[in-house]
Amino acid sequence: MSVFAAPLGAFLFESLNILGGMGILSGRILKDLFIGRFYLRLVVEQIYVIGMKSLPLILITATSIGMVMSLQFGLGLEKFGGKMYVPKLVTATILREMGPVFTSLMLAARVGAGIASEIGSMVVTQQIDAIRALGTSPIKKIVIPRVLACLVTLPLLVGVTNFVATVGGLLIGATELNIDANFYYLKVLSTAGISDYVSGIGKSLFFAIFISIPACYYGLNVKNGTKEVGSATTKAVVVASILILVGDFFLSKLFWVVERWV
Amino acid sequence: MGMIEVEDFKKSFGSKQVHKGVSFYVKTGECLGLIGGSGAGKSVILRSLIGLERPDSGKIVIDGTEVTALKERELVEVRKKVAYVFQGGALFDSMTVFENLAYPLREHTQLSETEIRRKILHQLEEFGLGGNENLLPASLSGGMQKRVGLARAMMMSPEVVLYDEPTAGLDPYNTKKIQEHILDLKRRGVTSILVTHDMPTAFAVCDKLAILLNGRIEAQGTMEQLEKDSKGLIAKFINGEAA
Ligand SMILES: Nc1ncnc2c1ncn2[C@@H]1O[C@H](COP(=O)(O)OP(=O)(O)OP(=O)(O)O)[C@@H](O)[C@H]1O
Ligand SMILES: [Mg+2]
Repeated sequence: MSVFAAPLGAFLFESLNILGGMGILSGRILKDLFIGRFYLRLVVEQIYVIGMKSLPLILITATSIGMVMSLQFGLGLEKFGGKMYVPKLVTATILREMGPVFTSLMLAARVGAGIASEIGSMVVTQQIDAIRALGTSPIKKIVIPRVLACLVTLPLLVGVTNFVATVGGLLIGATELNIDANFYYLKVLSTAGISDYVSGIGKSLFFAIFISIPACYYGLNVKNGTKEVGSATTKAVVVASILILVGDFFLSKLFWVVERWV
Repeated sequence: MGMIEVEDFKKSFGSKQVHKGVSFYVKTGECLGLIGGSGAGKSVILRSLIGLERPDSGKIVIDGTEVTALKERELVEVRKKVAYVFQGGALFDSMTVFENLAYPLREHTQLSETEIRRKILHQLEEFGLGGNENLLPASLSGGMQKRVGLARAMMMSPEVVLYDEPTAGLDPYNTKKIQEHILDLKRRGVTSILVTHDMPTAFAVCDKLAILLNGRIEAQGTMEQLEKDSKGLIAKFINGEAA
């Protein structure tokens, strides 16, 4: 028992520590967001860096995801004569789950890692100190632009994923599965309800936080030189991925409940 | 009385107590040379003066303001008039030399871009860096980076300057230039602390010396006073016998 208790206790302590740290960081972000100067130019710059530069990655991966899903559902359902449900299934899965979750995981890997290592290196080379020494705030200059840029770009990129993946699904449906393209198209339109979009986009806002806060937190907490930048980056991606996947369950549940109310 | 007053400054990192009660003061317009071995805690003291680091206990007062009592947001005013020249330059590596120098001006002044440009080009000439404004820090030599860092710290015409080994790694010509620069600022009434291992520079520009040893200021005073009654500490330090 105690063999497991010690590491478990340490793990719990560490988790609480990290959650607390991220909570404090979030509090400072909220405060700094409304007090003093706001650097719109830096936010726009980050939207470009985070959004535009992630676009090729998202386009390629989303297309193949849509194609694979269409293919697998098609082959699986064909046996039962359910091929005609492919458009509906693929579309619903993409809008509600695959779009937001998949895009967020890709961004956690690409953007979360980028942010953590960039900030970590800035700590090591004393650039964060320099920002402070020159009478400015690293939260305002570095953290807030990245968090806001994630909040803006992630829903947009999820939209792109939804579209591209659906097109990919349609392509495979029309060619490999011999489903009439027009029929597929109409099914997509009739399946996609407003609530699917709300749920997908709503989730992606949470995921944007799950990606950017751990990335900034781990970056800022690099202490012992360059070596730690690597491990901070890894941790940022791991924590973001866990938060996204675990959070997805609870958020799905939440959005179902909310939908039933309205 | 003093422009900078440090009283019973204590700071530990983990179980290692680096400062065991450091006290000193610097009068307006004076230059204090802070010397001590590597790892003695000189940089930590300078960093604490502008609130980058917080002492475990003790008090720091600059120009009547108790720095140690200020919140991060309130420290901005202190940091506008107290410049810290980082040991390694600490340049923003994603910005050009020009943008590095423009940073404090764009942040804290209402100057037009034309005025900013004029000021920066002038400043670069001043520090022998003319023509390098569009380069990124990574493509500068270590000594040049240091001078850009110094130039950036001077953009806001600070009242107090904290130099962290400004001449380390510089050639004799540029060392001389830095000495002249410090003396020039002193003539204009700027108060400064110079952390250095470079004794000729310390002797050339400092009014007083303070020796940080074993977590305390072991001796301080003018060069003459120290020569007389500091158990030969200065001589030992110069000869590499004490650290
Ligand atoms: N953030 C930190 N975490 C842990 N220890 C630290 C930290 N900052 C400084 N120290 C320790 O405090 C001591 C003093 O460091 P400091 O950088 O002030 O030395 P220094 O006198 O400036 O030395 P040098 O002349 O080599 O620059 C060192 O032993 C260092 O290991
Ligand atoms: Mg130092």
